[in-house]
Amino acid sequence: MSCDYTRTALHGYLDGELDASRSAEFERHLEGCRECAKVLQTEESLRSVLQRSGLCESAPISLRKKIRAELDKATATPVAQRIAFWRWAAVAASILVVATIAWYAWPQLGTTRNPEAAPFTAAELIDAHIRSLQPGHLTDVPSTDQHTVKPWFGGKLDFAPPVKDFADDGFSLVGGRLDVLGGRSVAVLVYARRKHFINVFVLPTKEPDTPIHPPGLRQGYQWLHWRHQGMEYCAVSDVSVADLHELAQLLYQ
Amino acid sequence: MSGFDQGRGSDVLDVEERARFEQLVLPHLDAAFNLARWLLKSREDSEDVTQEAMLRAFRFFRGFHGGDARAWLLQIVRNTCYTWLEKNRPMELMMEFDEELHPQPSVSPETLAIAGDNRERLGRALETLPPRFREVLVLRELEGCSYKEIAAITAIPIGTVMSALARARQRLQRALTQAPVQEAPREL
Repeated sequence: MSCDYTRTALHGYLDGELDASRSAEFERHLEGCRECAKVLQTEESLRSVLQRSGLCESAPISLRKKIRAELDKATATPVAQRIAFWRWAAVAASILVVATIAWYAWPQLGTTRNPEAAPFTAAELIDAHIRSLQPGHLTDVPSTDQHTVKPWFGGKLDFAPPVKDFADDGFSLVGGRLDVLGGRSVAVLVYARRKHFINVFVLPTKEPDTPIHPPGLRQGYQWLHWRHQGMEYCAVSDVSVADLHELAQLLYQ
Repeated sequence: MSGFDQGRGSDVLDVEERARFEQLVLPHLDAAFNLARWLLKSREDSEDVTQEAMLRAFRFFRGFHGGDARAWLLQIVRNTCYTWLEKNRPMELMMEFDEELHPQPSVSPETLAIAGDNRERLGRALETLPPRFREVLVLRELEGCSYKEIAAITAIPIGTVMSALARARQRLQRALTQAPVQEAPREL
C-alpha cells in the first residue's frame, strides 16, 4: 500500500467529511489511482459489514431501572413525598372511577368528565412501552407492509385501526400487536425512527376529536395523546418530542 | 478543539433540572451503554460503569449549557471507562496505539464481506484492537458520530480523527481476515 490518500483523504471522503474542494480533488485523483479505487471499495464493504452487524447493544432494562432509582435519590424532591403524591393520586383516581360509574348509573345527572384526558395513565403507557422492548415482545405481526398489518387485526378486535406506513417521512412501520391496557384490548402500531421504536396505542372512542396534547415526559420517555375520527391514540417513545410530534401529525391527517 | 466543560458537580438537582436531564440526556442511554460495552468488552462491567457515568452526568448537568447532549454524555462515559480500565485492567491501556503500519496486502471487498458476515467473529476482531482504535470505530460506524463529535468525545484533535479512523479500519480488516476461521461445529 503506497498511495498516501489511502491513509488520509480517502477516509474523509468515505465519511462525507471533506469540504467541496478537497472532495473534488480526491475524486480527480480517484479516476487515475487504481489502488485508491480498490481500497475505497474495501472500506465501503467494511462499513456495510459493521453497520449490518448488529454489534450495537442496547442498555438492559435493569440498568434503566437502576439509573432511575439513582436519579430519584439525587433529585431534590424527597422520594417519600413523591410516593405520598402517587398514593394520593391513586386514591383520587379511584374516587374518580367510582364517581364516573355513578354518573353513568344515573344518567340524568349528566356527565362532567374531563373530555380531553387520555384513557390510560402515564405509568400504564410507559410500562407497556418498556414491556414491548423486551426480546420477542415488540410485534405479533412483524411487517413493513400496511396491507399485511391491517388485515391481521381483523377478527382480533371489534374495530379496525387505521394502519399507514410513513417510511418516506422517516417513520417506517415495523409491525403491529395486540395489547391490553387498563383492562381494554388495544391495537398497537410499531414504528421505527432511526434506532428507536415508537408504540402507537389505538382504540375506539365515542368522544369528540381533540388536538394532539402537549407531551408528557417520564423516565426519559415521551408520550402524546389525541383523538381523531372516533379513534383514541397514545404514542410513546424515547425519541425527541419533535420527532414524536411529527409522527402524530402524520397519523392525524 | 477542546472538550466540553463538564462544569461543577452538584449533589442534588431540583425537579425541573431532572426533567430537562430526562429529556436531553437519558435518550442517549443506549449509545452510552454501547460505547462502554465495547470499551470494557463486558456487559456486566458496562452496566456498572454506565450507571456511574450517568450519575456523574447528572451531577455535572448544571455545567451543560446546551449543545450536543449525546457528545457531552459520551465524553463522560468514555472518561469513566478509562478510569475504570486504569484501575482494573492497566495492561489493556498499554496496548500500542501508534504502531507503524507495515504495507499490507490489500483485502478484497468480497473476502471482507464473507469474514464480517459472522457477528461473533466481527465482535471478536473488534475486541482485539487497542481501546483507542476501538472507540473511534464504534463512534463512527455504530453511533454515526461526526469527526467533530469524535474529537470532542475522545479528546483528540479534530485533524487527527481521519488518520485515527484510517488506522483503526486497517487494523480491523487485518484482525478480521487473519483471525482463524472458527465456524460452528459441523454436524455429521
